[in-house]
Amino acid sequence: MYEQKSTLLNDARVRGWIAQALVLIILLGLSCYGIYNVGQNLQKSGITTGFGFLSEPSGFDISQTLIPYSSKSSYLDALKVGVLNTLLVSVFGIIASTMLGFFLGVIRLSPNWLVAKMAGAYTEMIRNVPLLLQILFWYLAILAPLPGPKAALNFQDVIFLCNRGMQIPKPIWGPGCEVVLASLIVAVLVSIGLIIWAGKRQRMTGKRFPAFWVSLILVVSVPFTVLAVTGFPVGWDVPALRGFNFRGGVTILPELIALWLSLTLYSATFIGEYVRAGIMAVDKGQREAAQALGYRPWLMYRMVIIPQAMRVVTPPLIGQHLTLIKNSSLAVVIGYPDLVHVFAGTALNQSGQAVEIICITIAVYLTISLVISAFMNWYNNKYALRGL
Amino acid sequence: MTKEKWQPRPSLPSPNFGTGVVGWSRKNLFSTPWNSLLTLLGVAILAISIPPFIQWAILQANWLGDSREVCDAAAAKGSAGACWVFINVRKDVFLYGFYPELERWRVNYTFLLLAFSLLPLLLPNWFKRLQNQFALGIAAILCAFIIFGVKAAVFTGAYLFLPIIMARLVVQNIGGLGNGNGRFNTLLRLGLTVAVGLVAYYFVFALVDPNGALPIAMAVAVIALFLLFMGKLDIAIWRWIFLFTVFPVVAFFMLSGDVFGLPLVETHYWGGLFLSLVVSGTGLGTALPIGILLALGRRSELPVIRVVCVTFIEFIRGVPLVSVLFLASVMFPLFLPDNFSIDKLLRALVGIAFFYAAYMAEVIRGGLQAIPKGQYEAAEALGWTYWKMMGLIILPQTLRVVIPGLSNNFLSLLKDTTLVAVIGLLDLLGIAKAAMADTEWLGFTKEAYIFAGIVFWILCFAMSRYFVYLEKKYHMNYQ
Repeated sequence: MYEQKSTLLNDARVRGWIAQALVLIILLGLSCYGIYNVGQNLQKSGITTGFGFLSEPSGFDISQTLIPYSSKSSYLDALKVGVLNTLLVSVFGIIASTMLGFFLGVIRLSPNWLVAKMAGAYTEMIRNVPLLLQILFWYLAILAPLPGPKAALNFQDVIFLCNRGMQIPKPIWGPGCEVVLASLIVAVLVSIGLIIWAGKRQRMTGKRFPAFWVSLILVVSVPFTVLAVTGFPVGWDVPALRGFNFRGGVTILPELIALWLSLTLYSATFIGEYVRAGIMAVDKGQREAAQALGYRPWLMYRMVIIPQAMRVVTPPLIGQHLTLIKNSSLAVVIGYPDLVHVFAGTALNQSGQAVEIICITIAVYLTISLVISAFMNWYNNKYALRGL
Repeated sequence: MTKEKWQPRPSLPSPNFGTGVVGWSRKNLFSTPWNSLLTLLGVAILAISIPPFIQWAILQANWLGDSREVCDAAAAKGSAGACWVFINVRKDVFLYGFYPELERWRVNYTFLLLAFSLLPLLLPNWFKRLQNQFALGIAAILCAFIIFGVKAAVFTGAYLFLPIIMARLVVQNIGGLGNGNGRFNTLLRLGLTVAVGLVAYYFVFALVDPNGALPIAMAVAVIALFLLFMGKLDIAIWRWIFLFTVFPVVAFFMLSGDVFGLPLVETHYWGGLFLSLVVSGTGLGTALPIGILLALGRRSELPVIRVVCVTFIEFIRGVPLVSVLFLASVMFPLFLPDNFSIDKLLRALVGIAFFYAAYMAEVIRGGLQAIPKGQYEAAEALGWTYWKMMGLIILPQTLRVVIPGLSNNFLSLLKDTTLVAVIGLLDLLGIAKAAMADTEWLGFTKEAYIFAGIVFWILCFAMSRYFVYLEKKYHMNYQ
């Protein structure tokens, strides 16, 4: 005979509700207790809570600012400077590491034994060493021992490299430069239109148009012609050694160089592996079909292999870009003024507003991550294979 | 008409450029002009970078000596090689940090114990035969005897053979206590667990050492729980249970001391490679179980639990580890009552464990989704409970599927343990920096970082090779 004891505890649904209620009660209890303690602790140390401190003057200087900033500026400005500096190193890192990563991924599959092995050795060497160590190595072991400004490495009297960073010329825009800028924008827009049109035409008729080369020529030559026509309204502020330091030009901080270099070299090894996996995931028949049609290797890669590989590559690639943005927070150990260093470091020590500052810092990173994930979901929905 | 008999011509020898070194390089290095160019470029890069490095790191390097005068003298003579004397002189600091010299044997002993308990688990095929296991045990006891003396040998013996004895005798005889599933039996076993824990607590408290009573009692109770609830267990599973219950307690008391006559060594003296291994070891050991629970929670049918897990995972994955460490070191103390403080190392460990748990949860979720629905249905058809189904059918398969993802996470955890330097803990990297700041040894930055880099490279590379081995082994099972 089938027999069942049906007490309340044997009912899976009831047990589920009890478990959930317990989890909720424990979480609520812990957070209430924590918040109560925060209140007590802050009261004891005499720190006022709230975000009012953001409008107060910060009282510290920052070594690299993309927007006007001085020690009289507010904490909010310091936050903006930090976010912009984080974005600066991230964007440059993402661009460089993606390019290097694609290069590595492709040449690791090259029929050339030596080159493929070299790319493999590079990958295995770099990705098994902690990023923090690489940042410190570049910063303390390579850039710091460079000679001082007086004995700076000199490239054609235009670019200088010394232990205070890299000095490069700064353009000074004279009257008429707006026209050049406008022509550049027009050239870019026309090129984008051209590439879209060429793609459409190829799908419709199968005829190819060298859109890439034409747009490259457009983007380079049009602004240059306009520049020549308007009589070169650009002057250069070339750095020069005056006294103990360089004047003029733009100084790229050694911290930025070290961080950018190590983030790029490190991320590129991972991107290279994703690209390699993506290319290997493309069916062999696709390659053979392209060869049967008489495609040259370069065209085969560009028209057949890479577009299909991108489906596999893009999700981890964007994940790697996100990781790079998060890894840029390691700037704090070498003192590059990124968000964590400026805001969660200096500003926190100055104001003592630990709770608010950590919350804002985390919120900024979360926003960046969520925006990028939203983009990735959109991309996946648009380009993923359907109906398989 | 003469009839000519057809005879095959003897085949010609193959052209000599198709084989051998020449043939190989024609095929692999110079197949097209473009490839030849690439090859030459590669050779040029190698020629520019490798010989100077070998010159610096090996040929002109200074290896022997005990002060920087050796290196300075060599540098004055114009041989600008690496100064490995620096590493050699300071190697104890690189290994142990500022752990007191007289107590360093405790670190060695703990790692010896860990190595000997882990070996049979990491290489199960090799140690399948009982003789091999016994041989390993004897070797460990001998090692302990030779290096550390009689007491250590006795303890090592007891520690290593306890799981086998338990599995062979205790479990097979009393482990099945009350195999019927009556509620009385459950209560009896729970009661026994609590009783054993209490007895252990009072015994240790009264007779041995009041400080160690609570953790030891808890470890004993956990073992009793497994002993009483699990039926007949494999020796390997016993070893895992031992590693996660007894070993942490032993290691904690060995390293921090303050009990059994061992002097207290506070955690701010811990450092160097030893601290790196402690952080990564505890990180690996705790992040995986928490990650499994989070992954199960994320796929749970209970809305509250699901929402809590999803929020936690997405939150953690959106922020950098540095900010989690700041959260743990700056903000966490604010949430605790005034008179209550948690060790800085422990806070960092908790931060790392939860951070990586979120990443592992996503990897494991992928694996859970890859298990065919039929496996779940089969378990349900057998009338199994949720935990039995997960523990015996779903999770073992899942963990095999997700080995590549887990290995990625484990490797980045190992590398990211260097980040504890950000909140002022002196791991290998922090110690390297501290050693460079020593006024006697200024200017040997490259040597310190290259040494640290090589150590991390060896650890990470060995780990990645081990995961490749695991992957191959388990894929064999599938085919």
